Amino acid sequence: MDWDWQYSGDILPDLLDGLRYTVIATLAGYVIALVLGLVWTLLRRTPSRVFNQAIRWITEFIRSTPLIPQLYFVFFVLPAWGITIGSLTAGIITLGIHYSTYTAEVYRAGIADVPKGQWEACTALNLPRSRVWLDVILPQAIRRVIPTLGNYLIAMFKDSPMLLAINVAELLFSAYQVGSKSLQFLEPITMVGLLFVVVSVISSILVRRLERRYATN
Amino acid sequence: MADVLDSYNQWLDGAWLTIQLTIFGGAVALVLALVFGLAGTSRHAWVRVLNRVYVEFFRGNATLVLLYWFFYALPLVGLRFTTMFAAILALGLNVGAYGAEVVRGSINAVPKAQFEATVALNFTPYQRMRRVLLPQGFALMLPPFGNLIIELMKGTAIVSLVGLVDLTRVSKNIQGSTGETVAAFTVVLVLYFVIAQVLQLFVRYAERRVDRMLGRRMPTEPSLGTIAAGAPGAGVGG
Repeated sequence: MDWDWQYSGDILPDLLDGLRYTVIATLAGYVIALVLGLVWTLLRRTPSRVFNQAIRWITEFIRSTPLIPQLYFVFFVLPAWGITIGSLTAGIITLGIHYSTYTAEVYRAGIADVPKGQWEACTALNLPRSRVWLDVILPQAIRRVIPTLGNYLIAMFKDSPMLLAINVAELLFSAYQVGSKSLQFLEPITMVGLLFVVVSVISSILVRRLERRYATN
Repeated sequence: MADVLDSYNQWLDGAWLTIQLTIFGGAVALVLALVFGLAGTSRHAWVRVLNRVYVEFFRGNATLVLLYWFFYALPLVGLRFTTMFAAILALGLNVGAYGAEVVRGSINAVPKAQFEATVALNFTPYQRMRRVLLPQGFALMLPPFGNLIIELMKGTAIVSLVGLVDLTRVSKNIQGSTGETVAAFTVVLVLYFVIAQVLQLFVRYAERRVDRMLGRRMPTEPSLGTIAAGAPGAGVGG
């Protein structure tokens, strides 16, 4: 079988339509991941040991189970509890929560990476806790983790095809749909693959640039 | 709940398939990681290019897209695999690309003086790698490898979308047949968690062994560098 250029051109609009959902799911999920990740990290630093361990195991549980059963869980179980949500919303929420456990680990490492002297200086200056975090620790910690967080954006983009498990009309899903209409799968899926490689390579170059820009040593 | 647990035969079969995929996929990934990772440390530019092409292509692609490609697209050009083989190949190629970056980064992270010492002692390139660089690099590789094997185990869930009956597929089937949505999906998540924790134990054990072998102590919580290196989307710098 040969590559059919005519067909490739015809299916392009369908694929771009799917790409839109992929991008929406990735970006919206990423926002959730960034915010919720920081929440996890800060919750793990409360004085109560029991509470900290509970948070640790909850995040560990979410992190070490696969995305697809989690998608099923959110998409099928929430309606059983009386909350009906669309598949895209379910996908965004799951993707965001799943990756928030990764970003939590990144934030934690970033905070641990802030030199001890900074904490001591805060104590010496008798800064209130809110200023210690908002003005001293977090700005330095977040600066350190920006490139790693960038990597997780790429990772989420690459995990977004799994949303097709709950019928989100994302990129790979639309490729599969057009393919099954004409029974020509080679072109759409290859195009999706190439698109992923192109986006990933470009974004990893950007991340490397971020790494250089925010290098601390 | 009882209905869901009664079908424990299905759960066990599903878990067994998930474990098989993890082991075979991990083996393929390890071989590819070592071959292409060492290629990345080569002195010859064209060998390094080989490493770059492999890493960028397979790391840059989503595993599910690769799997669909092997499963739906390649048979149309005459390449036909069994589903199991396609799944192992997709998982192995993808995780192997992350692994190759880990191997390359770890070998490069061995202090330069070690390399210079082997040159001074007139080691052959093979001895240099086998006796000095790999043993030290290996200790650096283990924590990210541990992350990767768990990522691989989680990645196996995608095979449920091409018809293999793994844990995820079993949960979906049981949810369909018993109608116990909450129980079915809770059980599957718990099972995956157990498998991940067991893998974690193996990884911890291996890390302790290697640390003792080299007489060093690793921090209990991973540093920013390790996390960055093990990140699923990671581009290990340099």
